[in-house]
Amino acid sequence: MTAESAPLKKLDAEALSLDSVSLWQITRRRLLRRKSSILGIIILAVLILIALTAEWAAPYSPTLSMLDTKGYPKEYAKKRAEPCIHLLGCPADQPQHIMGLDGNIRDEFSRLLYGARLSLIIGFATVSFAIVVGTVLGALGGYFGGWVDNVIMRAMDVLLAFPSLLLAIAIVTVLGPGLINALIAIGIVSIPAYARVVRASVLSVREMDYVSATRALGGNTYEILFKRILPNALTPLIVQGTLGIASAILDAAALSFLGLGAQPPTPEWGSMLGAERNQVFTAPHLVFYPGFMIMITVLAFNLLGDGLRDALDPRLAHVS
Amino acid sequence: MTSYIFRRLVLSIPVLFGILFATFALARLIPGDPCRAMLGEKATKVVCDEFNHRHGLDKPVLVQFGVYINEIAHGDFGSSFRYSKPITALLMERLPITFELSLVSLLISILVGIPLGVIAAVRHNSWIDVLTMLWANMGVSMPVFWLGLMLAYFFSLTLKDTPFQLPPSGRLSAGVIPLPFFEVWGWNLTPDSFLFSFADFISRMNILNAVLSQDWEVLKDAAQHIFLPAIALGTIPMAIIARMTRSSMLEVLGQDYIRTARAKGLNRVKVVLKHAFRNALLPIATVTGLSLGGLLGGAVLTETVFNLSGVGRMMYDGITARDYGIVQGFTVVIAIFFVVLNLLVDISYAYLDPRIRLD
Repeated sequence: MTAESAPLKKLDAEALSLDSVSLWQITRRRLLRRKSSILGIIILAVLILIALTAEWAAPYSPTLSMLDTKGYPKEYAKKRAEPCIHLLGCPADQPQHIMGLDGNIRDEFSRLLYGARLSLIIGFATVSFAIVVGTVLGALGGYFGGWVDNVIMRAMDVLLAFPSLLLAIAIVTVLGPGLINALIAIGIVSIPAYARVVRASVLSVREMDYVSATRALGGNTYEILFKRILPNALTPLIVQGTLGIASAILDAAALSFLGLGAQPPTPEWGSMLGAERNQVFTAPHLVFYPGFMIMITVLAFNLLGDGLRDALDPRLAHVS
Repeated sequence: MTSYIFRRLVLSIPVLFGILFATFALARLIPGDPCRAMLGEKATKVVCDEFNHRHGLDKPVLVQFGVYINEIAHGDFGSSFRYSKPITALLMERLPITFELSLVSLLISILVGIPLGVIAAVRHNSWIDVLTMLWANMGVSMPVFWLGLMLAYFFSLTLKDTPFQLPPSGRLSAGVIPLPFFEVWGWNLTPDSFLFSFADFISRMNILNAVLSQDWEVLKDAAQHIFLPAIALGTIPMAIIARMTRSSMLEVLGQDYIRTARAKGLNRVKVVLKHAFRNALLPIATVTGLSLGGLLGGAVLTETVFNLSGVGRMMYDGITARDYGIVQGFTVVIAIFFVVLNLLVDISYAYLDPRIRLD
């Protein structure tokens, strides 16, 4: 008896230690194995830092013209002045503007820093909205099936039948231009992706034994749906959400570029770029920097999303 | 096959109805009174009642929806009050330009994206693979409008007075006036006939028209003008295609039959192109089809940046001028177009992969 129980105990301990490696630990390990995901995480960390510290890091106000800035030498307050960097030989008596001044004589660098805050908020807000609505719709459709499913999924098909940017444009045209309306439009346009992901997961686990067991034990619909079924949809949702933030930021920038999103003087990258687009030949810095920031931000979310997908998908374990 | 196509067609009907309902609802939801939006704030009630009656706005909403569907079934997509022209006429003028741009972009993205993806997969984990993937990741993350502006700056200012200088906007240089091919060919078409509309549509695509009328000067000029916008518009699909080609090829290259083909002494190129690539084609075709919607959306941005008078640019002008007729009409047409495209992509699967049984 005692001779047998010792190795059994050891086995138990091993099983326990195996148990303690959670999905998240495995994911983190796999994620950090990829250089591209690390790059994405680093860029994202820097952007979040910029967004949090914009007030202290920005040398000037993002919305105030240099002409209205106290103590600013007026002779240097020129429209679309080129970047002046002291380290690169710009005269020391001239105020430093590492990215120059914009068409309204505002410090481009300060505006860019504040823009990081806005872009991150845009990305998270739209995707959160789309995830919540999409999850509810997808879960209802998948769980109840029948006509509920049919109505919901046909509505999603209609949304998917439009090229997403065009539909967003049409919706904003109706709601009227503005950042909030642009966010709503992009949010609506991205709902189908999440509804489909959740519905697919619900369908795949709905008939599982543990769901039937919960039902047999008297679990109600709410419990089954939220405690047994939805956790299974979490990983594809996280991946889809991360990649969704990337495209939401890109679409929001496009809407702002067209004048439908953030309105001046909001320091939003897309609208900053749109306002100066006709000056690209005379003041290229005002077009280059905002666009570059958009690209870097979107790139970070894309890299992280790809990394998460590979890390969370056990079928791909052999690839990495 | 035929029954599958038929079933798919029947299944797209509810989606088409949904599209029409969505655009109809969007137009009704626009805040403000359409009469005062069209005739100005000072329009009196009598004038407005007459206006509403003339446009059927005094009828129940369901009746209005029926009328709307009936109009669209007859090819009437409403009209633009800014140009006081029917949307259909505007589309016939503008669509060829967008069509040409999208086709050239798609062609570039396929011709560059697929070889890059194949090479990256064959040379997995080499520097060329890393570079391609880095570039592809940046490509999908790039704002189209920014890329367009940067390309315009680089090719028309930085490369000024070099042989690589390219025009930053427009479709043709000033003074270059292309003759429609049917006039060059000496066709005598009656205006408003179907053949005339068709020939006119074709002749508005500068490159195709120049080839048909063998005007090489115009062809060169048109090609130079379309190059930058096509690159800007094509970069995202190019990157998506390259990525998908790579991952699809990687999966196929790991299969046993590839090892068998190599083991029996077939040369590498033949194995990659004939055995692997053909089997990797299906997902590539899928993403190519899916990226068409992105192309249509991106056309709004590209045409705005490069001043091309296509559908996208017109949509932008419609937005800024609050010409809802244009926005609504174009959205419907493009959505219908998109549904048809998706249908074609689905059907093309059958040819690419005989294992997929459609019925």
